[in-house]
Amino acid sequence: MEKATLLEWYRQMVLIRRFEQKCAELYQLGKIGGFLHLYIGQEAIAVGSIAARRAADHVITAYRDHGHALAVGTETKYIMAEMLGKATGVSKGKGGSMHLADVSRNFWGGHAVVGAHLSLAVGLALSESYRGTDNAVLCYFGDGATNIGYFHESLNLAGVWQLPVVWICENNQYGMGTAVDRASAVSEMIRKAHAYGMEGKQVDGMNVFAVYEATKAALQAVRDGAGPQFLEMITYRFEGHSMGDPLRYRTKDEVEKWRADDPIGILERHLLEQGIATQQELDQVDTAVDAELAAAVQFAEESPLPALEKLYTDIYVDSE
Amino acid sequence: MARITMRQAITDALREEMLRDENVFIMGQEVGVWGGTYAVTRGFYDEFGPRRVRDTPISEMVIGGAAVGAAMNGLRPVAEFMTINFAFVAFDAIVNHAAKLRSMFGGQMKVPLVFRAPGGGGRQLGATHSHTPDVIFAHFPGLKVVSPATPYDAKGLLKAAIRSDDPVLFIEHATLYQLRGEVPEGEYLLPIGKADVKREGSDVTLIGYAQGLQVAMEAATDLAKEGIEAEVVDLRALRPLDMGPAVASFQKTFKAVVVEEGHRSYGIGAEVVARLQEEAFDYMDAPIKRVAQHEVPLPYSRELEQAALINKQRVIDAVKEIL
Ligand SMILES: Cc1ncc(C[n+]2csc(CCOP(=O)(O)OP(=O)(O)O)c2C)c(N)n1
Ligand SMILES: [Mg+2]
Repeated sequence: MEKATLLEWYRQMVLIRRFEQKCAELYQLGKIGGFLHLYIGQEAIAVGSIAARRAADHVITAYRDHGHALAVGTETKYIMAEMLGKATGVSKGKGGSMHLADVSRNFWGGHAVVGAHLSLAVGLALSESYRGTDNAVLCYFGDGATNIGYFHESLNLAGVWQLPVVWICENNQYGMGTAVDRASAVSEMIRKAHAYGMEGKQVDGMNVFAVYEATKAALQAVRDGAGPQFLEMITYRFEGHSMGDPLRYRTKDEVEKWRADDPIGILERHLLEQGIATQQELDQVDTAVDAELAAAVQFAEESPLPALEKLYTDIYVDSE
Repeated sequence: MARITMRQAITDALREEMLRDENVFIMGQEVGVWGGTYAVTRGFYDEFGPRRVRDTPISEMVIGGAAVGAAMNGLRPVAEFMTINFAFVAFDAIVNHAAKLRSMFGGQMKVPLVFRAPGGGGRQLGATHSHTPDVIFAHFPGLKVVSPATPYDAKGLLKAAIRSDDPVLFIEHATLYQLRGEVPEGEYLLPIGKADVKREGSDVTLIGYAQGLQVAMEAATDLAKEGIEAEVVDLRALRPLDMGPAVASFQKTFKAVVVEEGHRSYGIGAEVVARLQEEAFDYMDAPIKRVAQHEVPLPYSRELEQAALINKQRVIDAVKEIL
C-alpha cells in the first residue's frame, strides 16, 4: 500500500472523528436540530470499504451517514451546511443529518427508515445488471436492520437475480439500546446471509486494512459473477445511539474495552511502528483537518437559510 | 376506431412503451411466465424475455423499493402489485421513498417509475382483497395517483405515466378490465392531472372516477329518461387533483353529487366537497351529496357485498334528494 494512500485513510478517519465531535458541539448549542447519530468508533468501515470501490460503484447507507458522505469525497463544508439546514447543504437543507446524499459521487443517501434502503440497493444493482455493466453497490446497514422484513426480501431477491451488491452489516452490537442477542435469534449476522446463498465473512471492523481487503475481495467476486456478497463488520459505536442517549444498556467497562481498540489508534500505531509516517506528519494531517473543519463550520454558519419560496421546489420534476 | 377492452388498452400501452424505450421494464409477481394475474402482460415474457419482464418472489417490500432504486439510477420500472391490497405491505416504499426522495435530497434524484395495481371491490373476495384505498395514497405529495374509467383514458394515461419523471401509482379497477370503449389507432398521450367532462348536462353535476365514474354514467342515463340532465365529471387523477371542470360545472348546475367506491369517511368526496365550498360557495344551492362505500369491511356474501357498495340507484336517490 502506498504511503500516500495510508495517509489519506488516516486523514479521512480523523476528519470523520473530528467532524462528529464538532457536530456534537453544534448540537448542544442548538445549531443542529433533529436526530444526530455519530459514527465515532466505526470510521474504519466507511473509509476502508469505500477506498476499495471504483467511482462508478454505488454507495447507500442508513441514517448514521456522515462518515460515508465524507469518505466518498463530498466536500466537508456542504455536509456541514446540511447539518445546519442551510441552502448550500448537499440536500439544500431539506434532508438534514440523516439524509445526506451526493448523487454526483454515486452516494445515494442517507436513509432513516431502518432496512428500507436495502431494497433501494437491490434496485440500484438491478439497474447496473440490466445495463450489463460490472459496477457494483456497497450497501451499509446495522445489526438491528437484519431483523426487519426489508433485509430478508432484499437479500433473497438479490440472490435470485444474482445482483452485484456487497451487503455490509456494521455490527456495532446494539440497535438503539437493544443488544444483538436480545433482538436476533442468531448472534452472528452472517448466518442470516447463509439462508440467501451467501457464505459471508466476519471482518474486524476496527482495522481499516482488514475492511479494505475484505471489501476489495467481495467487489472482485461480484464483478467475477459470483453474485451478491455479505460482510459482517464487527465494530462498536463509542458514543450513544443518538444525542441524548442515557446509555443505560451497557457498562462503562464494556465501552472502555472497545475503546482500547480505537480504529484510528490501530492505524496510527501501524503507521508509526512500521516507520511509514512520522508523528510530525500525522500532526500535520490533524492540523489540516482542523483547519478544514473550521472553514466548513464558518461556511455553514455564513450560508443563507433556504428561501421560503423553495418550500414547493423539487417535489415533482414535471411541474418544474 | 376500434372498440377494445380496458385490459387490452393497458396491454397495448405497456407494449408500445416497452418497444419505444429500452429503459422501460416490468417487474412483479406472475407478470412473466404466467402472463399476469389479470392477463395484462400475456405474451410479454416471450416477446421481451426475462430481462425486461421480471418475475419476482412474493416480496412486496422489495418490489416497491427495488423499483425506486432502479428508477433513481435512470431506468423506468413498471412494477406491478398483484392487487392494491398487497401494496399496503409496500406502503413504506411507496409513500416514504418513491414519493419523498426527490424533495428530501434537494432535487438530486428523480424517481420515474409506475406502480400498477388492480383494485376495487365487487368480486366476492372478502374484506382483505376488496379495498378501494386510492385516496390514502393520494394524501402524499410527491406521488401521482391515477385511476382511469375508460379504455381510452387508460391507454393515454398509462403511456404518460411511464414517461413521467415522477412516481405514479396507476390503479386499475378490476371490474373494468372487460369494459369496452373506443380507442384510436396510433399513439396518443393524455395529461396526468386533468379532469374530463364525460357527459354534458345542466341540472346536476356528478363527480367521480374509475368505477365510481361508470356508476355515475349509468345513473345519468337513467336520470335522462326522467328528464334530468346530469353533467358527469371524471377526475381521472386524485393527485394532482384538477378541480377545474368540476367547479365550472357546479357553477352551472349549483348542485353536485360525488360518487366514489371507497369508504365515505375521509374519502375523495370529502376533499371535493371542501374544495367546492372553498371555490364556489356562492353557487351552492343544496347540500352536496356523497355516494360511497358503507363503513364496513366488505363482506363475502354477494347480497351483503353489493349492499355495501355503490350503485346507480344510490346515485339517483341522492340526486333526487337535492333537486
Ligand atoms: C422501521 C423503523 N423502525 C424503527 C426505527 C427507529 N430506529 C432508528 S435507528 C434504530 C436502531 C437501528 O439499529 P442498527 O440497525 O443496529 O443501526 P445502528 O443505529 O446501530 O447503526 C431504530 C430502532 C426506524 N428508524 N425505522
Ligand atoms: Mg447497531
